[in-house]
Amino acid sequence: MINAVLVFNNHGKPRLVRFYQHLAEEVQQQLIRETFHLVLKRDEHICNFLECGSLFGGADYKLIYRHYATLYFVFCVDSSESELGILDLIQVFVETLDKCFENVCELDLIFHMDKVHYILQEMVIGGMVLETNMNEIVAQAEAQNKLEKAEQGGLSAAPSRAVSAVKNINLPEIPRNINIGDINIKVPSLSQFM
Amino acid sequence: MSEVVERTLSALPALLGPQLPAGPGPGRPSAGSRLGSLIRSITALTSKHEEEKLIQQEIASLKAMVSAPTTTLRLMKECMVRLIYCEMLGYESSFGYIHAIKLAQQGNLLEKRVGYLAVSLFLHENHELLLLLVNTVVKDLQSTNLVEVCMALTVVSQIFPREMIPAVLPLIEDKLQHSKEIIRRKAVQALYKFYLIAPNQVQHIHDKFRKALCDRDVGVMAASLHIYLEMIKENSSGYKDLTESFVMILKQVVGGKLPIDFNYHSVPAPWLQIQLLRILGLLGKDDPRTSELMYDVLDESLRRAEINHNITYAILFECVQTIYTIHPKSELLEKAAKCIGKFVLSPKINLKYLGLKSLTCVIQQDPNLALQHQMTIIECLDHPDPIIKRETLEILYRITNGQNVTVIVQKMLDYLKESKEEYAIITLSGKVAELAEKYAPDNGWFIQTMNAVFSVGGDALHPDIPNNFLRLLAEGFDDRKEDEQLRTYAVRSYLTLLEEENTFYPQKFLQVMSWVLGEYSSLATDVDPEIILTRLHSLLKKTFVTSDTKAWIMAAVTKIASHTSCSKTIDKLIKEFSSSLDTCMRQHAFELKHLREDRVLMKNLLPFDASCNDMVVDASLSFLDGFVAEGLSRGAAPYKPHHQRQEEKLSQEKALNFEPYGLSFASSVSSSGITGRQSPTGLSFGSDTSGNSAETGHKETNTLKLEGIRKLWGKEGYLPKKESTAGKPDEPQAASCGNLLAGRVIDPPASQSDQVSSLSEEEKEKQQLASTLFVGLGSNAGVSLMGKMDVATQKFKRKSKINETQTSEEASDIQNSAASTFGPLLDTVPVNKEDCEGNKHTRLRKPSLCSSDTLEDNLAFETPQSLKKPGLDDRLSDSTLSPLSLFADGNIEILQPSPSALCESANKTLSVPSLPKELEELPHSEVVELCQSDALALYLCKVWKDDSLLLAVFASNKKSSALNTVNLVFEKAEHFQILESPAHQFSVIEAQSVERCQKCVWMDKICTQGILPGSISYQSEMEPCLEFSVTLSLLDFIRPMEMTTEDFGKLWLSLSNDVKQNIKMSPSQDSLSTALSTLQQKLKLHIVDIIGNEGILACRLLPSVPCLLHCRTYSGMLALWFRSPCSALSDGLLYQCQKVMEES
Repeated sequence: MINAVLVFNNHGKPRLVRFYQHLAEEVQQQLIRETFHLVLKRDEHICNFLECGSLFGGADYKLIYRHYATLYFVFCVDSSESELGILDLIQVFVETLDKCFENVCELDLIFHMDKVHYILQEMVIGGMVLETNMNEIVAQAEAQNKLEKAEQGGLSAAPSRAVSAVKNINLPEIPRNINIGDINIKVPSLSQFM
Repeated sequence: MSEVVERTLSALPALLGPQLPAGPGPGRPSAGSRLGSLIRSITALTSKHEEEKLIQQEIASLKAMVSAPTTTLRLMKECMVRLIYCEMLGYESSFGYIHAIKLAQQGNLLEKRVGYLAVSLFLHENHELLLLLVNTVVKDLQSTNLVEVCMALTVVSQIFPREMIPAVLPLIEDKLQHSKEIIRRKAVQALYKFYLIAPNQVQHIHDKFRKALCDRDVGVMAASLHIYLEMIKENSSGYKDLTESFVMILKQVVGGKLPIDFNYHSVPAPWLQIQLLRILGLLGKDDPRTSELMYDVLDESLRRAEINHNITYAILFECVQTIYTIHPKSELLEKAAKCIGKFVLSPKINLKYLGLKSLTCVIQQDPNLALQHQMTIIECLDHPDPIIKRETLEILYRITNGQNVTVIVQKMLDYLKESKEEYAIITLSGKVAELAEKYAPDNGWFIQTMNAVFSVGGDALHPDIPNNFLRLLAEGFDDRKEDEQLRTYAVRSYLTLLEEENTFYPQKFLQVMSWVLGEYSSLATDVDPEIILTRLHSLLKKTFVTSDTKAWIMAAVTKIASHTSCSKTIDKLIKEFSSSLDTCMRQHAFELKHLREDRVLMKNLLPFDASCNDMVVDASLSFLDGFVAEGLSRGAAPYKPHHQRQEEKLSQEKALNFEPYGLSFASSVSSSGITGRQSPTGLSFGSDTSGNSAETGHKETNTLKLEGIRKLWGKEGYLPKKESTAGKPDEPQAASCGNLLAGRVIDPPASQSDQVSSLSEEEKEKQQLASTLFVGLGSNAGVSLMGKMDVATQKFKRKSKINETQTSEEASDIQNSAASTFGPLLDTVPVNKEDCEGNKHTRLRKPSLCSSDTLEDNLAFETPQSLKKPGLDDRLSDSTLSPLSLFADGNIEILQPSPSALCESANKTLSVPSLPKELEELPHSEVVELCQSDALALYLCKVWKDDSLLLAVFASNKKSSALNTVNLVFEKAEHFQILESPAHQFSVIEAQSVERCQKCVWMDKICTQGILPGSISYQSEMEPCLEFSVTLSLLDFIRPMEMTTEDFGKLWLSLSNDVKQNIKMSPSQDSLSTALSTLQQKLKLHIVDIIGNEGILACRLLPSVPCLLHCRTYSGMLALWFRSPCSALSDGLLYQCQKVMEES
């Protein structure tokens, strides 16, 4: 599982912090600091995986990071995640941000912190990867944007109308449901399990 | 920072402007500008201190705002975002938590969303405020608005209080049938969360997981894989039937049957593939039949993953891992090996790392791979990336043998000297120490290497390393001369080290030195003891030496003093420290002084080289009985152990007692507390523990305390398989062919060098290194799957007898301590205790508890008792019910010990061995086959003894010739503990005959079901090793616990881990008594009492962890309430109860 998602800039200022296991506030801050120092020490052209030793509590944990311009994206994962898979998940995350914010930069992350969290929430819930399909994530995020715009457009005065409007615009139907008939999964009868 | 500031400032006007394409927050000037201005001012700051001040101000103003009644929800939303920002920077803002919950409760959609987000960021699972959220979640789950449902599901799968799961579970189950896939997907995710935090709460909806797995939407199916991965990790045997389904899914994914939407860089659903490959790996492990099913699809995955993109490598890597985990197939292995080659040789550093990592995993199965890649490995040794370097050393560590150990250890020490990370130092120094002990070519090298480990490792070193080292020195080997040489060498090398003034040594190293000097300095006959004493004396005066170490040095001085007649240094030392401010040192000085006055006593007290001799200690302190009796006669209060005093205090403090069964408590304490300990030995029983600790404390000062220290780095430590399969006669052969092979590999480059002639020096060096590193690797058998490397020359072969006595000592120690903890409550304890004391000396001498004498001893007093127990009685007589009920989840049925059943089974299969008579009488399972090969068949029978689970393993020789030296080894399992040594050797098994070995097992870490793996090997050219695994369930370790209602009440009060659950009773067991008798029969619980609609039951987990159960019936429900010192035990039993009740 993913234990933490940390984004900080080249100076170690946190820009997005999400822990999926409970840690005390001080411990969190210390982890961010130490992670930053570990990552900062590394050159550009060495591997993107980092054993963090006792930092997160054991050899089982690994830091997987990518560096984009002014930001470091660091995922702390345990051995049940695939290293390269997570590396590409970071890429998907950043690309999604880029699509949602149109040329994302550090400032977008600062001023739309809540939105970044929502996007992350579409991808990773409770430490588990839920969605990796960029179009799907962007669609969800855009649906939420529309929702907000609808509210700003005056609908907020009439919440009931907003709600009914929302029902029609939210949760976009992605075409993938249509040709889903292709996949066919057989599971042995349940009776033997009961 | 300045760059950021500049960009921020220049961008702010645009960001805060009215038309913003993406995002609402800053779009509105009123509230947005507040966050904007906060951020602007923060980024403009130059020092941490200023930032702190600003944030404190901000928090103060936020505090005022959120608590003001005029604040609208919309404004509150903005406040929350700002609070999230402050929290991210590390500033505590707990005052806002309650408002976040309120916002989630009352806000409209957008406000609710922020509220939920804030809650999931701020709170944690056990936060008390979280309970307030439950209602909101329930309401939103029932909402007709999909967005609200979605948000509620999201928050549930991030954070939810464990005890409130029943409140939302039905709602979430409903959502599994929802028409929108995203809702179904999130519902599955929420159930996954529940499975993680409270597995027993979702036991009953496993069939719904299956439905999710066959959902028509791929997203839902993918989400359900999380749950399956987790469940299969815990118990792979339960899900073998799903293998075909997973294979089919993977086939379709790999075959491109998914909609194009799922492609990532034109690879179909890579993350899904990775997940499926992992699941398949878990399912196919050690299971040829299941592995068979997946060969095709793995082959196809390997074939299809050829596009040159990162993510295809991720899939390839996963494939390789799976191929090496499941039952091997040579074709696939070949391809996988090629893949590993690709990884290792890749210029991309990430791939190289993964390649090395997979090499590490497979190197023991296939040492030839290391030979193929030796040059790459050598290059990686000097790689600039420390992560790569460390992984390379890990590979080297795994291929170490007697021939290359010096080179490899040297490389490791080089890395250690450069490394600054404490964590890396600790793990690596442990490995060096292990290798040194295992493969040391000679004494000098061994001591030098250990010196290096101690000085580099410093005080961060794992304490087992110095302990094991000293133990090795002290216990010695079979050859006495060898021992002395090693010890003398150590003494001399330490003296040389101490000669240099002003060098700093870590404390642990100094302690090792002083112990060795104290014990063995007299072996170096040409060294004047006076010199040693001077060295030690000068150490005592050093400031960097801690008082702990000083105590070690003092002990050494005392030991040396015992065999030197008179010494000026000692006189000086005594004088100096008699007036020391350090009381500890002063005491040592006085002790030494007095001992020197009585030479005979001193000689007796400090005999030479006796650190390993067993001390006979009167642990019961019976010599004090007279004193105690006298005290009692003078009217002193009898001794009460600590916990008993605590309980009494507790009961007296309570004015009103709301706890059940506590009523008769106070009055019963005095009587029951003293019963069973009226005899003089009984009186001193309570003081046993303190007596013991005093004794060990005393021992510690002059010898090292070695009992009870787990041998982490010992021979059996890391690579148990290695030893178990390496047959001695093979050694020279394998080693020699290894040499040959290494020679051959070096040949081609050498001839090349002739042609090119201008091969650089560096290259040559590397080849040189390669030849030294990879010597002794590989075998002529090609791909040898199970072939492990030889243990070429094991220099230090420990005597085994000491270990064994120690384990048995430990075992009795545990019994002792267990007995004293739960002493007064267990009826059996006094009997046990006497037995313990009576047998103590015999037992110490005996290598295992299970040797037939002791076993019979145990049986002698246990059988009559167990027969008395109603639960067992029922089980024995009621043949139709019990087999099913007791081990309903296992495939083992209970064999009735009645003669007719025996005959039947004997007739049925003649070859199946049967239990000896003394075990036959105990409740036991049927004899089942574990594994077999052409030559050997293994059978297992579980015997549920009263004090442990006894595994009787039968090895039956099917061949017409005798088998020699058959080794049976149980591997170290996470959950189980084997009471004696995990290995057993049958020196010979005659043709067509059966040998039996018995192992007693306890559950160490509680789980509902676990696997105890093991292997058996024998000397033969073909397939030397046969692996098997034994499935053990929690119920195997549960025994009824007899007690009175008063005892129950008392124990109930002292326990705190509550687990409660209501179960629906089926109509067939409408009354409490029928329900309880079901539990009694199937779970081996003991019914203590039934009063009205309440019942109390008790059981214990072996050896003696109690678990108490209180049951109450009301309107068709059975309310269960467990208490146990160990919460996992309650959980596990609850699960079993649920299962039993559902089944009946």
